[in-house]
Amino acid sequence: MATTISDEMQVRAGRRSWKKPLCWAVALLVLSWAWQGAGIAPGLLLDNFDNMVVLAGDFVPPTFGNLMRYVQEMLVTIQIAIWGTLLAVICAVPFGLFSASNIAPWWINQPVRRLMDACRAINELVFAMLFVVAVGLGPFAGTLALFVHTTGVLAKLFSEAVEAADAGPMEGIRVTGAGRLEEIAFGLIPQVLPLWLSVSLYRFESNIRSATVLGMVGGGGIGVSLWQTLRGFDYAEAATIMLVIIVAVSLLDMLSQQVRKRFI
Amino acid sequence: MTAIISVERLDKSFGTHAALREVGFEIASGEMVTLIGPSGSGKSTLLRHLIGLTRADRHSHSHVRVLDRDVQHGGRLLGASREQRCRAGYIFQQFNLVSRLSVMTNVLIGHLGGMPRWRSLAGRFTRQEHEAALHAMARVGIEELAEQRANTLSGGQMQRVAIARALVQDAEVILADEPIASLDPRSAREVMEILQRINREDGRTVVITLHQVDVARRYCQRAIALKKGRLYYDGPIAGLTDTRLQALYEDAGLDELGTREDWPPATEPLHAVG
Repeated sequence: MATTISDEMQVRAGRRSWKKPLCWAVALLVLSWAWQGAGIAPGLLLDNFDNMVVLAGDFVPPTFGNLMRYVQEMLVTIQIAIWGTLLAVICAVPFGLFSASNIAPWWINQPVRRLMDACRAINELVFAMLFVVAVGLGPFAGTLALFVHTTGVLAKLFSEAVEAADAGPMEGIRVTGAGRLEEIAFGLIPQVLPLWLSVSLYRFESNIRSATVLGMVGGGGIGVSLWQTLRGFDYAEAATIMLVIIVAVSLLDMLSQQVRKRFI
Repeated sequence: MTAIISVERLDKSFGTHAALREVGFEIASGEMVTLIGPSGSGKSTLLRHLIGLTRADRHSHSHVRVLDRDVQHGGRLLGASREQRCRAGYIFQQFNLVSRLSVMTNVLIGHLGGMPRWRSLAGRFTRQEHEAALHAMARVGIEELAEQRANTLSGGQMQRVAIARALVQDAEVILADEPIASLDPRSAREVMEILQRINREDGRTVVITLHQVDVARRYCQRAIALKKGRLYYDGPIAGLTDTRLQALYEDAGLDELGTREDWPPATEPLHAVG
């Protein structure tokens, strides 16, 4: 008996002894492979250190002459994020429900999931370039781009919350004779609403950050000015714009934090 | 006797395990029946078949009929209007309330099956519906909890909310799946008394799965006993003699024989119902 147990332990120890180094070897291989592809060269940072000091110096002091114009453009950026997120939330509710396996049968949830994958796979900037062609330069193209991409993201997060919901309350409503829609409205939505609200707020925050670059491809907002100043090597001006962005993003993050606390 | 519930040749398997085999019985209007048996005997599975939460085996000869309506036939659920479905109510061991909604809303949910669609989905309940809900809550003694969130209640209170929901639904048949299994002895007795009053005063048919024989003896006239998925006994509860019980529970632990001592005697009066 004693020998079999120790044999087994040896076998187990043996299995562990070659598995662990293998995992490490694979991990190191992947990392060095990616290092090459990513073109990481710390030497360049040291070689160009003097240049970077000069570059950093160009940012200070920021020029505040056009501050009000940038604040105005930042407000447009926020407006783009508000509507881009809101439209996405509205559409993500049905799409999220249709891609949940406990609500919709596979022949509905599979196609809807693939559609949402597509919306998510393409970056907002790419969508913005497409919508600029469709509806012309300006904030509307940016809003549509955020809307489509965010719908894909939120539908997935919403459906995950739905799939994790407790089936008990829904059964409790089903047996009162209520229909499927009432079951969802009264048994499911109250369960998932806090999580839905939380991820929607998070997407709103990240959409403000995304909206600051939409202007670079003609999608409106503060990105236009940022792009122009950077291309014109006008770094003092760019510093002002970045400050405006940092302040606005921080303020809105704090605001959404407060909303989250209040409602959840 | 005119059967209000009839079950014929019910077969149900989970994988290769036969949960129910050729179970059949009839229940008449106004009866208070217990489904009894050791855990794993299939009594809860059987009860779920009566409301269509579980489907019998495909291509079996299973047939379930409740209140002149075919619930399922050969493993296929038969659709029914909301009005028809709300004639049977169901009470769960785990209550199955919506925990983030108030007690009032949870009770009002009992109305959903009988409301026009546009009102039910908008959650617009009329004054009469509110009054009916309050009346039901008063009958089970929880009217003062109306505004509380359901997840702040004790187990006994939650089960009373669930019963109030079935009362609001005005169900002619009440199916209760282990309604007292998660409750302390006192709450358990209160819940059993409420169910008994619904049976006696409103003439509603009540079917309860229980695993404690002494509770069944106190409240039910008839017992349907299951053993390993087969019908073992169907008749007056008095006919479940000690020898029969011993055979019924022969493989089960002693604690299921109903010899629990924490069941309180029915001497102190409970608050009025009705």
